[in-house]
Amino acid sequence: MEKKNFTVSIYTENNLGLLSRIAAIFLRRHINIESITASPSEVPEVMRFIIVVEVTEEQIKKIVGQIEKQIEVIKAFYHTAEEMIYQETALYKIKSSEFLDDLNVQAFIKATNARIVTVTPKFFVIEKTGKRHEVDELYETLKPYGLMQFVRSGTIAVTKNEMQITGILEKFNTTNSIS
Amino acid sequence: MEVKTASFEKTSADTSMTVSGAEAVIKCLLEEGVDTIYGYPGGAIMPVYDELYKYQDKIHHVLTRHEQGATHAAQGYARVSGKVGVAVATSGPGATNLVTGIADAQIDSTPLVCITGQVGSHLLGSDAFQETDIVGISTPITKWNYQVTRAEEIPEVIAKAFYIAKSGRPGPVLVDITKDAQFASLEFNYKKCSGIRSYKPNPEVNLSEVERAAEVINSAKKPMIVFGQGVILGGAEELFKEFVEKTGIPSAWTILGLSALPTKHPLNVGMVGMHGNYAPNILTNECDVLIAIGMRFDDRVTGNLNHYAKQAKVVHLEIDPAEINKNVHADFPVLGNVKETLKVLLDLVKPNSHEEWHNEFKELYKTEYDKVISKNLDVNKQDLGMAEVIQEINIKTKGDAVIVSDVGQHQMAACRYSDFTQTRSNVTSGGLGTMGFALPAAIGAKMGTPNREVVAIIGDGGYQMTIQELGTIFQTRVPVKIVILNNGFLGMVRQWQQLFFDKRYASTEMTNPDFVTIAKGYHIEANRVTDRSQLKDAVKAMIEHDGPYFLEVKVEQEENVFPMVPTGASVSDIILE
Repeated sequence: MEKKNFTVSIYTENNLGLLSRIAAIFLRRHINIESITASPSEVPEVMRFIIVVEVTEEQIKKIVGQIEKQIEVIKAFYHTAEEMIYQETALYKIKSSEFLDDLNVQAFIKATNARIVTVTPKFFVIEKTGKRHEVDELYETLKPYGLMQFVRSGTIAVTKNEMQITGILEKFNTTNSIS
Repeated sequence: MEVKTASFEKTSADTSMTVSGAEAVIKCLLEEGVDTIYGYPGGAIMPVYDELYKYQDKIHHVLTRHEQGATHAAQGYARVSGKVGVAVATSGPGATNLVTGIADAQIDSTPLVCITGQVGSHLLGSDAFQETDIVGISTPITKWNYQVTRAEEIPEVIAKAFYIAKSGRPGPVLVDITKDAQFASLEFNYKKCSGIRSYKPNPEVNLSEVERAAEVINSAKKPMIVFGQGVILGGAEELFKEFVEKTGIPSAWTILGLSALPTKHPLNVGMVGMHGNYAPNILTNECDVLIAIGMRFDDRVTGNLNHYAKQAKVVHLEIDPAEINKNVHADFPVLGNVKETLKVLLDLVKPNSHEEWHNEFKELYKTEYDKVISKNLDVNKQDLGMAEVIQEINIKTKGDAVIVSDVGQHQMAACRYSDFTQTRSNVTSGGLGTMGFALPAAIGAKMGTPNREVVAIIGDGGYQMTIQELGTIFQTRVPVKIVILNNGFLGMVRQWQQLFFDKRYASTEMTNPDFVTIAKGYHIEANRVTDRSQLKDAVKAMIEHDGPYFLEVKVEQEENVFPMVPTGASVSDIILE
């Protein structure tokens, strides 16, 4: 079975130690995490992890099973790139001297929908949000100008299909009394 | 606590009262019905021990000689009684010594609650004396763990710990409590946990899954059952027996499923896997429907997966969704507690006898009997064999004993030859293969079922890994019977060296001490068998002795365990010699 990128979405209780519990599931199987983000989700008090890994579909099915088994995980899903709407954000810090001299690059930034967030006499900071390859393209373009710093966020993604988290939680609430 | 839990209506007899965190720990244990715990004191858990002193008429604390012993004893206790085992240790080395037992409980699904002391919360992360990150260390080997830093968290966390340990597929839980949380006070108010919103321990039975399984079972010509510990953990033994008898399906067990169905039941066809019986291994690759019940297709069971039951439709009754399709594809998964799913299935299956098919098992058993079993039990061969000893114990205990085995050749002999008439009678380290398990586990097993005979069968290697627990036996006078099958080798490793490493016996020969003298040093009645002629009387004296007893049996040095599925081979390529 061929390896490809899968995006794992994990809805969890906001609990100390859960990140290492989830990370350990990948580590134990010698799988490298391409990117990881954690943030609040659309449901109050529920966290959402987005993890991107390159594995086979058979592997990801088993991993999601192991993730769901963790006590504080409410639900985990995996999706292929086609099933998700996803973005990454990157910041590029460039020397002002190099940058100001070249009008081409300024035009390029505009054309790629990047944004200048900070301008100082010494450096510029450019922000770009988009697909991984778009972020990479801008990186290649800016590299000759002397990138002082570069950083890229993990993938954030939402699915095209509906997620059923609220339903799962409501079901528990109606069958149990919460303390 | 951030997690949403549901709890029973107030069950605590006490109305709210102010107690210390340490006292709250004890009160929680009492609320959960705990009367026996295993542990070892130390700096960071001293407040809890101080409370144990006050509550010693209500909770029996067994001082093991090493924290690993505490976990295995708690496991033995849990395995025979079905209750949650409890182990207590201090921070740092106390906590890290629990790790092997916790890992063992995790892989063998044993309900444990481990409570560790931790340095004061203001010292966390400062590399304080006896500080280890036990929550970090135990994360991959616990079903759940949690660090308590505030006294008021204690009741809810411990309630949750017990609920998680015993519900669904059981497992070990660790609660780490900082010393300041043990000293601080709280308003104690206990509510048992009855649900956690992110945790579904018992999947709902899907009727159509069961119906499809029944259909394929009813149309099978050569069906075979492989059952595991799920039958025991689900408390489904009677139901399972009815199912087997109604359908007439030959049933084989995994090492942890052993004793769920009486050994001599006519449809019990023996053990599957690496050192399992000949017939069920061979016929795994000939059956048309393989019905797996509460088992997880461990690699020691399946051998080479590419040649495992490929011809068969697989029905898999299992409580843990992550086990379905993990190693073997289930054509007909049936998710749920086997007690619930078997109940529905039992009504849907048609009575059958499968006589001809069963005869195939009987024929292959004859082959195994001629080539292996008769030799193992042969009383005319020169040296005493392990199976002969087990057979003698069967006779003297009438198959009613709890047999606790360690890991290695003697374990295979114990599991293959022990005669079990009741469930929860086989206590062994299956998944982790923990040498040193049996001696402390036997202590817990005897305390968990005081009216039953408990016999530990241990090799001379594994025995020395936890031999210090003789001290625990001496102090508590727990009447366990200890049998050492001494072949002077780490026998299973030696067997592999003989078969696969051209007899290069690297570090497998043991120069052993005088085990009888050691036992006597602990004031434990002890005896040694060096010749077959002494065996019967020696076993009789051991069983009849009122109190703990140690028996060393010198067995053949280079006996091999057969049948055997060599690593990487298919189960049907099992060899007999």
